[in-house]
Amino acid sequence: MNLLEIENVTLRFGGLVAVDNVSLKVEEGEVFALVGPNGAGKSTIFNLISRFYDPAEGSIRFDGHDLLKNSADHVPSFGIARTFQNIELFEQATVLQNLLVGRHRHRQTSMVSNIIFSPKTYREELGHRAAVEEVIEFLNLQPYRDKMIGGLPYGVRKVVELGRALASEPKLLLLDEPASGLSVEETQDMAFWIEDIQTQMGISVMMVEHDMGLVSAVSGRVMALSDGKELATGTAAEVQSHPAVIEAYLGTGDISKTGTSRT
Amino acid sequence: MRFVFKTSYDADISLFKHRAQAVWYGLLLLLVLATPLYFVAIGDAYLLGEITGILILAIAGMGLMLLTGHTGLPSLGHATFMAFGCYININMLGAGVPWVIAFPLSGLIAGVLGTMIALPVLRLHGVYLALATLAMSMLTSDFVVIAEPWTGGIAGAAVPDINIFGMEINRYSTPYKFYYLVLFVAILLVWFYRNLLRTPTGRSFTAIRDSEISARAMGINLTRTKAMSFFLSATAAGLAGALFGHSAGYVTNETFDLVMSITLLLMIVIGGLGFIHGAFFGAIVVGIIPVAIANGRSFLQSTFDMNVNVPGLESALFAFILICFILFEPMGLYGRWLKIRTYFELFPFYRKDMFKRQKSYLKTDRVQ
Repeated sequence: MNLLEIENVTLRFGGLVAVDNVSLKVEEGEVFALVGPNGAGKSTIFNLISRFYDPAEGSIRFDGHDLLKNSADHVPSFGIARTFQNIELFEQATVLQNLLVGRHRHRQTSMVSNIIFSPKTYREELGHRAAVEEVIEFLNLQPYRDKMIGGLPYGVRKVVELGRALASEPKLLLLDEPASGLSVEETQDMAFWIEDIQTQMGISVMMVEHDMGLVSAVSGRVMALSDGKELATGTAAEVQSHPAVIEAYLGTGDISKTGTSRT
Repeated sequence: MRFVFKTSYDADISLFKHRAQAVWYGLLLLLVLATPLYFVAIGDAYLLGEITGILILAIAGMGLMLLTGHTGLPSLGHATFMAFGCYININMLGAGVPWVIAFPLSGLIAGVLGTMIALPVLRLHGVYLALATLAMSMLTSDFVVIAEPWTGGIAGAAVPDINIFGMEINRYSTPYKFYYLVLFVAILLVWFYRNLLRTPTGRSFTAIRDSEISARAMGINLTRTKAMSFFLSATAAGLAGALFGHSAGYVTNETFDLVMSITLLLMIVIGGLGFIHGAFFGAIVVGIIPVAIANGRSFLQSTFDMNVNVPGLESALFAFILICFILFEPMGLYGRWLKIRTYFELFPFYRKDMFKRQKSYLKTDRVQ
């Protein structure tokens, strides 16, 4: 069954066509990867799903809901969680508080109930705290629980951001370059976690990634993009050997196309 | 150094991190409860009035702290909300509404009015929002003049005494009762504030302060949450304004002027942005400077026969202290206190750069 369906989506910034008539489907329980050179429109597709951008044409449906009819702050309530390419954590807060913000979509209590700290609020807090502890355990974040984000190394921040997304118990997890800036070991950890998220938690994952090692290791289907257009979709090996993909990354080698003649 | 062993989730939710902290705050509570005894003993309640004034400033400061320190929205217009609270309180008392109803209502109505004013400017960020609220503050005294039937205009308005079920409270005739009343309001608001910060509402405020884009990606409605913060902030300011009226006894169009708005903002910066303690520390500094200058002046006069009646000395000294804080201690007085405490906790392992803010990583790909 298709969880996410993007159909013929186009997004223009003035004259620049950032996403050009792209269609894709993410099935329930799969890991779907977007690859492509810089500026291909991969992160833009994430921002379209998050409703930070409005597409000029096309439709985006998730789990039976029309996302285009909802604003950005409604998207998480359907079960979509995401991370950012350049970590967007709450810097002046602890790891624990960051993960607790991830629970926001499960919030049941009102502001007044919060202010007087009613028994209902207390019970809800205990529930959030327990749910967050499971994420901490899963990602081995125990040593950092009460540390401020501002003082944490880059690799840990990446994991905290993944944890914040997981804390919302999503159906679909959007990972924007989960391995960028990570060491080889950290990337391996990330690969294991993504596998576990898929197989044990049953969460579908859509990710943008440049590290083809990670992409081949975890993803079922891969879509290659260039200049906002779809080049190829298939397994990692198929996409990597596709002529259009090789051309986008390496060029054609045809000198006559470069514009300067040598005659 | 203390190690806290957490055995249940309550340890992360409860108000105090460990028992010793609860004991210290208990002692502080005892101290503020017993303070009037000292003034009863010496038979002069003048300084108690000053302390009450500090508490009222701290209440307004908490309101602004919630908005600026915890939601990241600067405001240079909080004296306006104080004015709302003060005049609504006066008018309701004048109409015969009992104080126990008029007082909370004056805060709530100030909150609603504040939110209505804030909604159109909430789309603004940083310095633009500060400018919009500054304009609001500049208009306040004019509006007080225009709304003469309710405010008394330039002539001013007298503030009726507090009457709680037959108990008359006046700043001058019953200073001890007034002190305990203000203390009660302050402690209640601190408790509300703490509750807010440990529950989803407060966390959504700090989320907006630190990263609007990821707050949205977590499902936080920016406009609604900011409006909520503005409402609570203006409510606290309104309550402080009502108490300020009772403390001043007489308010004119110049009471809640621009200087007061700026003083409030300076107060929370000096105290330490982002900490409830900061509101109190800042209020203490703001409250003590005029008293210290007056005392120093009379001391120089009587001891050395020096006449230091320089006009504008207070504001100059205040500005100087502020510049020193921004240059040398951006985390404010509470930040300084945290550093001193950490120094002794970790002795001799404290490093000078321990509280240095890390440079944040590149934010080139931000959507907005």
